[in-house]
Amino acid sequence: MVKALKRYLNTFLLYELVKGLMVTGRHLFARKITIQYPEERTPMSPRFRGLHALRRYPNGEERCIACKLCEAVCPAGAITIESAQRADGTRRTTRYDIDLFKCIYCGFCEESCPVDSIVETRIFEFHFENRGEHIITKEQLLAVGDKYEKQLAADRAADAKYR
Amino acid sequence: MTKYFMNVWSAFPDWSQVLLLNLGMIILILVPLMLSVAYLTYAERKIIGYMQVRIGPNRVGPKGWLQPIADAVKLLLKEIIVPTKASRFLFVFAPILAFVPALAAWAVIPFTDTLWLSNIDAGLLFVLALTSMGVYGVIIAGWASNSKYAFLGSLRSAAQIVAYEIAMGFALVGVLMAAGSLNLREIVLAQSGGVHQWYIWPLFPLFLVYLISGVAETNRAPFDVAEGESEIVAGFHVEYSGMTFAIFFLAEYANMILISALCAIMFLGGWLSPLDGILPAKLLAWPVLGTLLGNGMHWLLLKISFILFCFLWFRATFPRYRYDQIMRLGWKVFIPVTLVWIGVMGAVMFLTPWGFIFH
Repeated sequence: MVKALKRYLNTFLLYELVKGLMVTGRHLFARKITIQYPEERTPMSPRFRGLHALRRYPNGEERCIACKLCEAVCPAGAITIESAQRADGTRRTTRYDIDLFKCIYCGFCEESCPVDSIVETRIFEFHFENRGEHIITKEQLLAVGDKYEKQLAADRAADAKYR
Repeated sequence: MTKYFMNVWSAFPDWSQVLLLNLGMIILILVPLMLSVAYLTYAERKIIGYMQVRIGPNRVGPKGWLQPIADAVKLLLKEIIVPTKASRFLFVFAPILAFVPALAAWAVIPFTDTLWLSNIDAGLLFVLALTSMGVYGVIIAGWASNSKYAFLGSLRSAAQIVAYEIAMGFALVGVLMAAGSLNLREIVLAQSGGVHQWYIWPLFPLFLVYLISGVAETNRAPFDVAEGESEIVAGFHVEYSGMTFAIFFLAEYANMILISALCAIMFLGGWLSPLDGILPAKLLAWPVLGTLLGNGMHWLLLKISFILFCFLWFRATFPRYRYDQIMRLGWKVFIPVTLVWIGVMGAVMFLTPWGFIFH
């Protein structure tokens, strides 16, 4: 009887609804978690997977040996590699294209690379202005690698002990 | 100089003086109303943002204050697309029909004891008649769009508005019985004498029914199935763009303000200060504090703002009702509740000595 009466009162005094209102009412005064993006940024992990880059050895020799493991492992089929023998007898790529529209930024290419050549950088704000620019070539990848080598080396070193 | 103006003024014939004065009053009411509609959209985005632990718009102008202006300019510059095979005249006419009643009802709202556009005896009836006109805009919009989504949305919306109109009308019958007048000014004056005299206390169930029906009436969350963006895109105004869409938008917000104003007048004592009749007359004679604590339009505006805040609060809190639940609530809960309450009220007022609690 008392239970029924209580239920009846709760229904007509909109008890549950007031409880809900209290929750949102509390959040009205809560500290806001918005990050004002261009001015503020969230912290980024050394494992961040952004735009790709091809690295070089400290002596300036490109690392990639055209083993094509990254091409094979790529789940999206975004990587296209052609290779040839260079004058000094080593095998090198003549073409290394990544289609950034196909790429899903899974990081498998980086995982599979035996010489740490193809890596993913922390760059995530890039855009294309013309058709066809979404396919980046070997030269562009090497340029990105050269530009960010310091950061890339530091990130690999920071993550090395977990591998 | 003043004499010159007085001469020019008296050179107008009598009828045009009345016309000009009324036009002036209408502009004085409408311009602040339109501005508050614009800034209500800003307040909505800000408050809901804050309740969702976000910041809300803050990029256009200082703290985002120019956001509504930017939105208005965008909508003004956009093309009005009329669908093929749509009824052109009705298509453009519908938003106007939805918008006009929301503005016209302000004619009888008393802002203070002495300030109103017109003080007609059947003010409450006038307001009820006009607010139910708004549904025609919705039906015609859905019909004229020649789109199944718009048509379904307008049917939903119309059925919902009609259902809640009844509960709302009955809730106001209670106020009418308590105040003994249809004149809005007299309804407010009947509540004078302090916060405990307001009709919200003796008529609390009717207040709740009125407030909830008001939310349903304006198709606001949690009763916004007519819009139902996840089910039927945007309801009756899917096909509308540019200024025609903006007018539907304005109508919705103007209706919200109107419902809040009516709620403040019927149940929260309109322009009356909550301390009216409690504070000694000596305190009211003080220069600034006396004016603030005494009766005045600022109390009405404060009450309207509070109810509007509740509208936004509801939207931030409650999930959307299912359509059959909305109909059940309207027909099977609100109408019986208000009918029983009115019956009880009538019996208490005329058959028992406790009738004074309702006066």
